[in-house]
Amino acid sequence: MVFKLPPDAPHLQYEPVIGLEVHVQLLTATKIFCSCSTRFGDPPNTNTCPVCLGLPGALPVLNRKAVEFAALAAMVLGCRINETSVFARKNYFYPDLPKGFQISQYDKPLAESGGIEVPTSQGNKKIGITRVHLEEDAGKSLHDGFAGSDTTAIDLNRSGVPLIEIVSEPDIASPQEAYEYLNRLKEILVYTGVSDCNMEEGSLRCDANISVRPRGQTTFGTKAEIKNINSFRFIRDALEYEISRQIEVLEAGGTITQETRLYNPDEGKTYSMRSKEQAHDYRYFPEPDLLPLLLNAKRRAEIQSMQPELPEALRNRLIAEHGISAQDAAVLTSNKMLADQFERAAKAAKNPKRVAGLVQNELMGRLKAKGLAIEHSPITMDGVALSADLVESGAISGKMLKDLYDLCFERSQDFPDVYEQTGRPQQSSDTSALEKIVREVFAANPKQREQYRGGKETLHAFFVGQVMKASKGQANPQLVNRLTRYPGRVPATGDKVEIEGRTGQFEVVSVDEEHWQAEVRPLAGADASELALWSLLRLVAY
Amino acid sequence: MTANFLTIDAVRSALQERRLTATALTESYFAKIEKQDGEIGAYVTLSKERALNKAAAVDELAAKGDPLPPLAGVPVGIKDVMVTRGVRTTAGSKMLGNYIPPYDCTAVARMEAAGVVVLGKLNCDEFAMGSSNENSAWRPVHNPRDLGRVPGGSSGGAAAAVAAEMAVAALGSDTGGSIRQPASFCGIVGLKPTYGRVSRYGLIAFASSLDHIGPMTKTVRDAAILLQTIAGSDPMDSTSHPATVPDYVAGIEQPVRGLRIGVAQEYFGEGLNHEVRIAVEAAIQKLAALGCEIVKVSLPHTQYAVPTYYIVATAEASSNLARFDGVRYGYRAEARTLSGMYRKTRDQGFGMEVKRRIMLGTYVLSAGYYDAYYLKAQKVRTLLARDFDDAFTKVDAIVTPTTPTAAFKLGEKSDDPLAMYLADIYTVTADLAGIPAISIPCGETKEKLPIGLQILGKHFDEVTILQLADAYEKAA
Ligand SMILES: [Zn+2]
Repeated sequence: MVFKLPPDAPHLQYEPVIGLEVHVQLLTATKIFCSCSTRFGDPPNTNTCPVCLGLPGALPVLNRKAVEFAALAAMVLGCRINETSVFARKNYFYPDLPKGFQISQYDKPLAESGGIEVPTSQGNKKIGITRVHLEEDAGKSLHDGFAGSDTTAIDLNRSGVPLIEIVSEPDIASPQEAYEYLNRLKEILVYTGVSDCNMEEGSLRCDANISVRPRGQTTFGTKAEIKNINSFRFIRDALEYEISRQIEVLEAGGTITQETRLYNPDEGKTYSMRSKEQAHDYRYFPEPDLLPLLLNAKRRAEIQSMQPELPEALRNRLIAEHGISAQDAAVLTSNKMLADQFERAAKAAKNPKRVAGLVQNELMGRLKAKGLAIEHSPITMDGVALSADLVESGAISGKMLKDLYDLCFERSQDFPDVYEQTGRPQQSSDTSALEKIVREVFAANPKQREQYRGGKETLHAFFVGQVMKASKGQANPQLVNRLTRYPGRVPATGDKVEIEGRTGQFEVVSVDEEHWQAEVRPLAGADASELALWSLLRLVAY
Repeated sequence: MTANFLTIDAVRSALQERRLTATALTESYFAKIEKQDGEIGAYVTLSKERALNKAAAVDELAAKGDPLPPLAGVPVGIKDVMVTRGVRTTAGSKMLGNYIPPYDCTAVARMEAAGVVVLGKLNCDEFAMGSSNENSAWRPVHNPRDLGRVPGGSSGGAAAAVAAEMAVAALGSDTGGSIRQPASFCGIVGLKPTYGRVSRYGLIAFASSLDHIGPMTKTVRDAAILLQTIAGSDPMDSTSHPATVPDYVAGIEQPVRGLRIGVAQEYFGEGLNHEVRIAVEAAIQKLAALGCEIVKVSLPHTQYAVPTYYIVATAEASSNLARFDGVRYGYRAEARTLSGMYRKTRDQGFGMEVKRRIMLGTYVLSAGYYDAYYLKAQKVRTLLARDFDDAFTKVDAIVTPTTPTAAFKLGEKSDDPLAMYLADIYTVTADLAGIPAISIPCGETKEKLPIGLQILGKHFDEVTILQLADAYEKAA
């Protein structure tokens, strides 16, 4: 069947072609070319020195750790590391660029030809990565908060902070794919520990190249570059808008101008930057103050060995090793630190599955209610592990655990602290007290008791529930479970029985069914220390 | 004792034996500067307080009878392109007219650690761009040997100060010949070490891949002592070389007999002044008489050296000088817009020659021209270096004239940049190849103007050229 597109659906006749350039700040303690701190949020211009201020005579010296992080990032993004890469100067004037050039890499980048798998509606798709290169960040221009509207202040704390630029192939076919690509990229980089990818603090920045072309056309249309987008969602929205805009222009018989556009999230629209600022000739040339960066096979292998397990592989392993659900695994691997803590806690705990269950059922909901990210949870994984063990051993009940968790969130304290402060509460394991409750429950429900005595096994759960309720959730469920297990039939005088917790056999002397007790005497070899009335509930194994 | 042809060793022994105090010596130099420098113009800034404090510290050491460090109390001048903490550093430019650096250049710090007394900052062509010192934003320097003539450049103030006994020694910088050419014009010794031998940290960059710091002294031995002090790798300069620093002072004592000396016809062609040729040929004969073997060598790409140099040097300069934008330090012209401020600051802050070179450098790096100019120049640079590698398989050193002529008159070439650029024709090759080169006096013209002999050596083989220079100096 030939399907003709309706003429009023131009969207369907075009396909977008998207490529992303992502700048990521590396988590080194010091800057890329000097030993100043990279700490965020310090008073302006305090983390500076002659090198990152661009003072006359100062020279850059490459930070080895930055190289290591950059190469590691490139490796986990599937790139080939070049044995020799070259730093280059990108020349342009800007007040927050102290040397009048940025030290970057140009025709010989650190790494090339990689890619990552990104989930799409049609399954996983590989988005190619053209290159990964190292460069320094510029400072920050501050336009607000100064007397006189045209005053700009410069903070050079960020000047010289190490960045990698990750350039994708134009493989991205929709705003949603761009969104998924960014999330996946972020997940991998955060996992690798090379960056926190925190967009609010500027440690991840993204520019998008976007063009549209009629479906089936193999050549690219004219692209626009969208800059200054500060969330993944805005990138998706900006791309959606830009695709519509470009299609509208083309449908109206117009042409797309190659230009840089800015996204305004309040209006959901992109705007052309003034053309004057676009005609840049950066006059790249090799940085003469730095030697070419050599990463020989030995060094590459060293860096290779630092590669962590990536989220996908880790999820599969957690499922296999700890028997947790795929859903739990996804939550627990949402960041590397959490996953590490979970693994450690699970290994230390008696029952790893219970640890996973507590995180999923008790921790996540409370975090969500408080609006906390898991990194800021008052209860650490070690706390979860301890609580899991306490439940496992029967020392505390599920109800008590919930109460203790609530207290932890109330006081913003970890589980072990709160557990200590509340005096290491124990659920009731006092058999005689529980027996009393069980007798009362049986006495209060004569009809069910008769049916239960008659062999209606399903009533067991009813009695467990009643006892738990009567104990206000404090009872040890395992003990309750056992004590409500009706002994099949009421023993008769002369029956041989065993008594829980005692050795040897006993003979029933008399039965007082009204009070659920029997008088017994020890047979040969039995523990004869006490001859007394025994609860019927303690008599077992006829 | 008067400040008259004092060498480093003489100063040190006089101080050690307490025939002289560093304070008195320093004061005598300041008095001399006061008296003479009005007509020479070698100094831009005097660092009296810093100098006298240092001298007092040396005197204290001498009074205790402690052994003095190798350069104790030696009064030196520093070319004004090396930054000095707390002492104004202008690079000969209005752009940095009031600039007080917060840190010391590594070479200066090493000199001071060895005991020198820094008298002040020496005049130079603006940002070391020039061959006559007429491009200083402050005032031209006059050649002490003939006040109507230039001292050479760009380390003209340094050469003049040493020649006029206004410093025992000086640190200069050499990008295309800026140590050797003025040394030759003023009749002193100037050494440009191997690229990477001396840290560039704190040297205000002109052309990073060509910039070198080196000693300017009265004797070869003093040059060896200074090099010993400033050489060696520096964690602040990635291009400084880890090769061990040999004992230069002991090295110069070795006999030169049997050393093979190359003479390249490319350095004796058109444009070489007759008197200079005669003096240099006589020097070669003298070296032969000392037992050296004279060997003809060929450096076929020499003719491309000057254009190659002016492409590479200006390209790097255009980028290195971008930081002088009026935003953070130095000169700033007021304007209503940012781009207006940039333009006015750079228009008013830089002199003609600097602007000329920034424009040239910007042009050769521009899209569409990069391959034809910068990339091709880098290839030629490789060929020039290979010329030397080939020649040094046959010889231990190469001798040439330092400059085609002796010192020219002030104003003679200042309107003809191309003629001025050709003054560097014999010196730029060593900068491009990164090899060490020394200029030593080798006679005078009929007008009593000094002539320089240049000796070029293999990478990191400063010892051989110092050895030859010392032998020639003693024999001459
Ligand atoms: Zn710094």
